[in-house]
Amino acid sequence: MDKIVGYLPILIGGMGVTIAVAILSMALALTLGAGFATLYLRGGRLGRAATTSYTTIARGVPDLVLMLLFFFGGERAINSVLALMGYERISLSPFFIGVVTLGFIFGAFLAETFRGAYLSVPHGQIEAAQAIGLAPRRILGRIIFPQMLRLALPGFTNTWLVMLKSTAIISIVGLQDMVGLADKAGKATREPFVFMLAVILFFLALTAVSGNLLHRLERRYRPGF
Amino acid sequence: MRFDLIFKHADMFLDSIVMTLELTVASLAIGMLIAMPVAVLRTMRLPYIDAVLRGYVFVFRGTPMLVQTYLVYYGLSQFEFIRDSFLWTVLRSPFNCALIAFSLNTGAYTAEILRGAIEATPKGEIEAAQAIGMSPLRMLRRIVIPGAFRRALPQYGNEVILMLHGSTVASIITIQDILGAGRTLNGKYYLAYEGLVTAAVLYLALTFLIAGAFGIAARHLQAHLRPASTR
Repeated sequence: MDKIVGYLPILIGGMGVTIAVAILSMALALTLGAGFATLYLRGGRLGRAATTSYTTIARGVPDLVLMLLFFFGGERAINSVLALMGYERISLSPFFIGVVTLGFIFGAFLAETFRGAYLSVPHGQIEAAQAIGLAPRRILGRIIFPQMLRLALPGFTNTWLVMLKSTAIISIVGLQDMVGLADKAGKATREPFVFMLAVILFFLALTAVSGNLLHRLERRYRPGF
Repeated sequence: MRFDLIFKHADMFLDSIVMTLELTVASLAIGMLIAMPVAVLRTMRLPYIDAVLRGYVFVFRGTPMLVQTYLVYYGLSQFEFIRDSFLWTVLRSPFNCALIAFSLNTGAYTAEILRGAIEATPKGEIEAAQAIGMSPLRMLRRIVIPGAFRRALPQYGNEVILMLHGSTVASIITIQDILGAGRTLNGKYYLAYEGLVTAAVLYLALTFLIAGAFGIAARHLQAHLRPASTR
């Protein structure tokens, strides 16, 4: 039991890796989500088809399967392209693969959230804005976007909390996040229970703190008329 | 893509589908047995008991299922008194460990879904049941629970899909589920795509089947909520 004290700094470092992966994945997911939501709303029939295929694959295939596919398949695909162009082989880091996978998956959830938020802005407001002669860009910037933020917030909170927990799977391809480090330390000290319990407490702290913060934001910006 | 290798190992994939379904269905069934009493008790807001149940839901919904599975599979073997007890005959098998972790996990999520559905019971239904003199238990059995199941159906369908996807964790602790079969194929022939693509397609197909089944069920069970002309 006392062995864990010596490992605590390492585990806290691992928690930093977990948080870094989560934040970067979220940045990618937000970008993909916004992009695909726009494509769905403005891209015509082709844009809708592309978005639907993307969200179907990203949400219909388990995260672990996608991650392993990106990890093994992605590396080989990139290398065969690089070989054709005459470049050296590269190897993709677990960190990179983790961010790409989680960004890809949760971008699909956010695309749905953003699409829903966009469509929830009352149409009368857009008509009113047009009636007083606002340019389409201004309507987007001043009327739709500010309201989308608060409408999308609950969906964002949910996505963030699910994604935070999903970061655990990246340890399977070798990321030294808190799960990977605790797994190693648990095996080395023959006290896996203690270390996994520590990881559980760390995750509870992360989900509780960030969830609480986001819920507070939700209450503050809750749409109310 | 070497499709011939996939078809050559069709048996392995069929077995793996059975394994994935076994694990998913068994976990969901045990999870439901856990969730029903937890959900009902939580709506009663009993002192102390409520704190314990809230803690259970909080811990299992707030942490990754991978870590929960590690805790059961690797963690519990740390203790000599467990290895020496009859519990070890259960915990020695990876399948049982996965089943325990998955059931507790989906139990917590399902309890929350059911609790929400129970608390959304229209007041009029409860008043009507009381007015004709139903005992609380009978009201629960005949009015509240059936209504709650109907309301919970779409969300529960989601949870079933999440459980199917989450069951891939089993392949990490050596169980030959669909993902496990895919990894075996790739490992055997040093492939990068075939096994995992097959696994992805199989999971996608199962996901569609589940979503479709819940869609049909919802149409039948929630028919009374639609306008009469569309029934």
